[in-house]
Amino acid sequence: MTASTTAPPMIRMASVQKHFGPLHVLKDIDLEVPKGQVVVVLGPSGSGKSTLCRAINRLEPVDSGVIEVDGRPIPQEGRELARLRAEVGMVFQSFNLFAHKTILENVMLAPVKVRRQPAAEVRKSALELLERVGITNQADKYPAQLSGGQQQRAAIARALAMRPKVMLFDEPTSALDPEMVQEVLDVMTGLAADGMTMLVVTHEMGFARKAASRVVFMSEGEIVEDSTPEAFFTAPKSTRAKDFLGKILTH
Amino acid sequence: MGVLTDNLPLFLGGFRTTVLLFAVAAVASLVFGTILAMLRVSPVPILRGLGTLYVTVVRNTPLTLVFLFFIFAYPLLEIVKLSYFTGAVVALSVYTSAFVCEVVRSGINTVPVGQAEAARALGLNFGQILGSVVLPQAIRAVAPPMMSTLIALLKNSTIAAGFSVAEAGAIRQVLSEKGENQLLALIWVAVGFILLVMVLTLVQRALEKRWSRAR
Repeated sequence: MTASTTAPPMIRMASVQKHFGPLHVLKDIDLEVPKGQVVVVLGPSGSGKSTLCRAINRLEPVDSGVIEVDGRPIPQEGRELARLRAEVGMVFQSFNLFAHKTILENVMLAPVKVRRQPAAEVRKSALELLERVGITNQADKYPAQLSGGQQQRAAIARALAMRPKVMLFDEPTSALDPEMVQEVLDVMTGLAADGMTMLVVTHEMGFARKAASRVVFMSEGEIVEDSTPEAFFTAPKSTRAKDFLGKILTH
Repeated sequence: MGVLTDNLPLFLGGFRTTVLLFAVAAVASLVFGTILAMLRVSPVPILRGLGTLYVTVVRNTPLTLVFLFFIFAYPLLEIVKLSYFTGAVVALSVYTSAFVCEVVRSGINTVPVGQAEAARALGLNFGQILGSVVLPQAIRAVAPPMMSTLIALLKNSTIAAGFSVAEAGAIRQVLSEKGENQLLALIWVAVGFILLVMVLTLVQRALEKRWSRAR
């Protein structure tokens, strides 16, 4: 771990607290994601893992604590925050593709509007991205005309179009029909293999085993375990993790 | 048919003024109403308050009163002199934009939160999110009620006849002075309005068809 002493981690959270009314959803969260790592966040629903993911680009403001991206604390709402968000890719459970724009326009929007890159150039790289996620032939369709799996791959391409330093995935396969999960996971596995720094909230144990550098297990707003996938799946330390794995792996 | 054919220039002139009055007021109301709707969803409380105040005051005032204000009261303020036609345009625009605002705002509320969230996550600012993501979808969602508002504007424009604007609503009076049959005159004016409204309805259908995929 000598590299981590020289370069700042891509994501650093320290003593992060967050309440939703009386509910304490993030309890004193400390987490570092070094450059190039793929961290998979597991946990039962309501454990705060989505909130943790959304806190990193401040879609969910936190009550207190430090959150840094690439060594810089995330700013307050405004121009600086928009600039930071442009460098952090995000993929949502419900895809959230812009419904009134074609797939190609979805991918092109942010580079043109935010980065002010010339449209012709953006179009070329957008088509390359669509090819990378395997939906070039859907470029001129509207989101509603695509399957869930295709929509989510388009959403990944849209996030990648900003050439982000890090990608956040908030349950990217939870809204998909089972037969479409794999095509999305394949794209994500490819990204991980290319060295993208990723934080992935998911229920896909197969993906965690195969692609994760680390597994973080959350329960009731706390990080309960932080270990290698190997160690987590074969020898979980906490009873909560054992319970969770028992429930998931028995059916 | 005689009433119409004998007085064709009168009818055409009246309806030309009606269409002009409608077109200018419609564009102004759409623009100003959309700005009001943006105020009403703004994160800044003062702007929200301004939008709400405008809608509350204007929407609860009878249109005739708005006309009376701009034709008779406003000149007393001695700011910029308005012709009767301009006064009518202003009165209709001020009034209709309150309704446009509420239609646009209801459209904004139909756009799922995830759309704006995805735009924020990509680094778009508030104006870009509204302009490129939320408003286009909001407008698509409210094509039918928006067209109803515009149809109401078209018909409301006949109030201008009472304020020295020679639009279609004034045709009857002229014909009455000429001793023509008023029942027939009014029927022909009504036919004219029905034709104009049908055009608007066709526009609405075309827009709905075009936007059906893309939302």
